[in-house]
Formats: sequence, structure tokens, C-alpha cells
Amino acid sequence: MSKPTTTAGGGAAAGAAARPDAEPRAIDELRGRIKDPGFWAEWTVIPAFIVLIVVFGLISDVFLTGDNIESVLAASAVLIVLAIGQTFAVATAGIDLSMGSVLTLSGVVLGQLYSDGRSIWLAMLAALLVGAAVGFINGFVIAKARISDFIVTLGSLSIAAGLALVISDGKPVEVINKTMLDLSTNSVGPLRWSVIVALLVAVGAHVLLFQTRFGTHLLATGGNSEGSRAVGVRTQRMKIAAYTISGAMAGLAAILLVARIGSAEPAAATSLLLNAVAAVVLGGVSLFGGRGTIAGPVIGAVLLTALVNGLTLAGVSEAYQPIAVGTVVVASAVLMRYQR
Amino acid sequence: MTAATATQDTLVLEGIAKRFGSVSALRGASIAARTGEITAIVGDNGAGKSTLIKCLTGVHRPDEGEITVDGVPVDFHSPEDSRKAGIEAVYQDLALADDLAVWQNLFLNREKTRGFGPLRLLDRRGMRREADAMVRRLAVNVPPVRSRVRRLSGGQRQAVAICRAAGFGSRIVIMDEPTAALGHRETQRAEELIASLRDHGLAVLLISHDFAQVQRLAQRVYVMRGGRVTARLRREDINTERLVALVTGAEEDE
Repeated sequence: MSKPTTTAGGGAAAGAAARPDAEPRAIDELRGRIKDPGFWAEWTVIPAFIVLIVVFGLISDVFLTGDNIESVLAASAVLIVLAIGQTFAVATAGIDLSMGSVLTLSGVVLGQLYSDGRSIWLAMLAALLVGAAVGFINGFVIAKARISDFIVTLGSLSIAAGLALVISDGKPVEVINKTMLDLSTNSVGPLRWSVIVALLVAVGAHVLLFQTRFGTHLLATGGNSEGSRAVGVRTQRMKIAAYTISGAMAGLAAILLVARIGSAEPAAATSLLLNAVAAVVLGGVSLFGGRGTIAGPVIGAVLLTALVNGLTLAGVSEAYQPIAVGTVVVASAVLMRYQR
Repeated sequence: MTAATATQDTLVLEGIAKRFGSVSALRGASIAARTGEITAIVGDNGAGKSTLIKCLTGVHRPDEGEITVDGVPVDFHSPEDSRKAGIEAVYQDLALADDLAVWQNLFLNREKTRGFGPLRLLDRRGMRREADAMVRRLAVNVPPVRSRVRRLSGGQRQAVAICRAAGFGSRIVIMDEPTAALGHRETQRAEELIASLRDHGLAVLLISHDFAQVQRLAQRVYVMRGGRVTARLRREDINTERLVALVTGAEEDE
């Protein structure tokens, strides 16, 4: 019904002619981005990482050795996966505070099933599903009952932590299994299998977020929930999906953690949750939602792990490490203020 | 002449009534909009304009009355249904995702994809190209399609919202207070854009508090009061004093 371009009239055509080229070439775009202070606020993690490498490289002879890099990466895998999951929740303008205790719950479920004589694959699948299920419930309550993400995930933090204690009876369960051991010790080049899993998850998450309709709708939901709903985006589904993903990532992180330490611990992994949120903030993901990357939080997770490693190598007491992590995170959040 | 008898009317709302509990927001309102024309709806706050628009965009379902598009009765259960019938709205807050690019906003929920089944990926290049053509065709105030919406001026943001509403073969575009948040110059540009939609053969439904603007743009005006249409003016009868009198109820037309 609407008439095609031929009737567009002189007015619109003259307007178009008066404008400079609206499609900049890729190189111009890159140059423009580098000059833009917002770009550097979003990517603080990169200069921060460089500073960290230089400083600890000078302080410690061990920091930049192949073996140390391999072990830092191996130690990062759990946090990388958690940070990716958290990114999905934060991208919808929410937060998943339950990730740490969901990780514990999934780990305990894995440990119990395995010690009951089930196959390790079934136990791993169960860990994933338990995480996804808690995430789904989180998302469902947040989206449908319209209760603050903060309250809902704080509640499920407590519930999952309690369930983990009930199921495990408060005792750690050893998981001595070849597959799990291989996952954390075998490597391809400098990358242990756990790291490869984490990186594959990162690539998958990146494609999902930036190359699919789903990802666009998720970011749009986080950026302008009401407006997205007005153009027909199913914002409730998007929120439920985001929390289901963050829950499933907590389940996957549980598998990697149990593989790494060889047992399922019933104590809540509070510091892992805080570090995951920290990696997300450090990675330039906006806590207001609608904006973020996967690469940022992944680098952020490696950075935080390397920071702790470097401090240890430099002989700084373990008690100071959380202080350093907290300082880095707050400083990067302050820098992020300039991104708008 | 009732609105329904005019055969060229693209959109006809006849006797629309809507109650929320004991409150009657609409008490049998009738309006019609025509292709290639700008039809304005004016009225004070609470006159029922917003509710009427929400009936039209599928947000509310009228309790009584009939909506026809090109003479065919329609029944909208969701905004999706309304969009499928060729009706698009530009909301007061523009409904844009600030951190997505212009082209992503234009194609929001209409993304083009390539591939099969669950492996469908976005055709980013194709969407950028089409978005660029779309804004060049329609907009007077063209924003670069790759930039984030957050970086745009108020007028450019509005141009994006209007292009999104008009650019996908829609026939009826509803504008709710399109220039309320704009400066003088940007208002002028937005008005040019609205006029260009009319010239592109769309039926434009304009809700505005700016009577001078209504006088500049509209071919006909409906005045609403208390959930009813209380007056209907042709272009030649529109003037600001009269509209003020009708909106405040100092003068009754019908």
C-alpha cells in the first residue's frame, strides 16, 4: 500500500544528498572507536591486564613462565564460566546472586550421585540440570511475579545453600574419577581441558548474544524492557532464558570445580559469586543492562585469577587478596561511569 | 455522514467502548483515518485518547465497538495482531534500546536471519544495508545506521522510531505526542518527516497537545472529551481558538 521510492519527492532526496557519507569504512570506524573515551571505559580490562602483566612480570620471575600461565588459566576456568552466566543475567538488567550456592548444590548433587554408584556422565548431567532448573525458577519468579531479581536470587541463594547441606549432610564427598581427573589435568598445548571447555562456552555465548535473534532480544530486553515489549519482544521469556543460562553455567562451573579439587564441598562458594560479579563489572558489562560483551568478562575472570596468583607469588598474605580484588573492581566501576 | 460510510477510509473505529472496573475510559468513540492524510486526535488528559490508541495497537481489547482496516473487521488480541494488520505506533518514549545500533532497533523483532533451524544466525550485513536504504528514503534527519541510539540527538532518535514504524510496509502509523520532548528546530524536522509519511501514502494518526502543530499538519481533527468524540473538524475549520474551546468543553460541536 505504501508507495515505493519513486514518489519519495524532491525533499527527501535533497536531504539525502546534503549529508556526508553515512556508511563509514571499517578502518574509520575503528579509528573513531579508539578515540572515543566510552570505548576505553568499556574496555578498561585490557590496559588493566597489561599493567598487571608488566608489574607482576617484574616482581616475580615465575609469573610469566609457561607453567604459571597454564596454572593461572586452569584456575580461571570455573570463574570464566560463572562470569559468562552472570553476564546473561546482568545483560537483562538483572543479577544472579544465587550462582555461588547453585554451584555448591550442583556439585553436591554430582558428588552424591557418583558416590551412590551412578555413572559420572549421569552425575555431570544432573549437575547441569539442577543448575538450569534453579535458574529457570529464578527467572520465572522474576519475570512472571515481577519480584526484584535481587530478592529472588538472594532467596534462592539461601535455599540452594540449605539444600546442599541437607543433601550432603554437611560433609564433603570425594569424587575420584578418571574422566574428571582428565578434565582438570590433561591438556592440549598450554590449555587444560577445563579451560578449553570454558573457552568453547565463551565462543558459544558470544555467538548466541551477538549473532542470533535471541541475543538481540535479550539485550533489547535489558536496555528497554517496556519498549521492547511494545514492538513484540517476549521480554518475560528472555528474562527466564537468561536466568536459566546463568543457572546452567553455575552447574557447569560446579563440574569444573569438582574436577579440579577432587571433591564436592557443601560450603557455599560466596567468594566465587563475588568474583563472578566482579569479572562482569571489570569486563565492561553495564549493570543497567542492555550492553556488554562476552570477551570482557572472560578477560576479567582471567585478570582476577592472575591478580590473586601474582599477589601470592609476590609473597602477599592471602588475607590481602580480597582487598586487592575489591579495589580493582570498584576502581573499574568508577571508570565505567564515563561510558555514558 | 458517519465515519463508516466513507469508503476510502483505511481505518475506521466505530463506537468503541472500554471500561476498567467501574471507570468508563471510552464511551462509544468513533474515528476514521484515510490513506495519504494526517488525522489528529486532540483532547485533555483523561479524555480517552491513550485508551483508544491502546485498543488500536492491541494492548487493550474494546468491550464494544468495531475496528475495520480497509473495510475488513479486525480483532486484536495482542500488539502482534495489530502489527500484522499494518498498524504501527511511535510511542512517546520511542521504545528504543539505547545501547543497540540504529539498524538493530529498526529490525528489532523483525531480524533477518540465514541458516537452518536452531542454527539461524543474523544477517547483520543485509540488515545494515536495508536499514540504511530505509532511513535515506524516509528520514529528513538521517542518523548513521551503525551508531548506538544513545549517541543520537532527540530528533534523530525520533527519526529512528518513525522509520521503524513506517518502514516495513505498514499502512497506518500512530504518533503519540511525537514532538513533546523536542526543541524548536527538531520539531520542525519531525513535522517534515510526518508530512513525508503522509506523502508516501500512509495513513497517519497524530495525537498532539500542540494545536498549532495540528493546524499545520492535519487534514481532519477529532476532539475527545470524557471518552467520546465530541467534535470533528475538516482542515478548513481548524484553528487554535476553536480547538481550545472544544477541548476544554467551552464549545460543543455535536
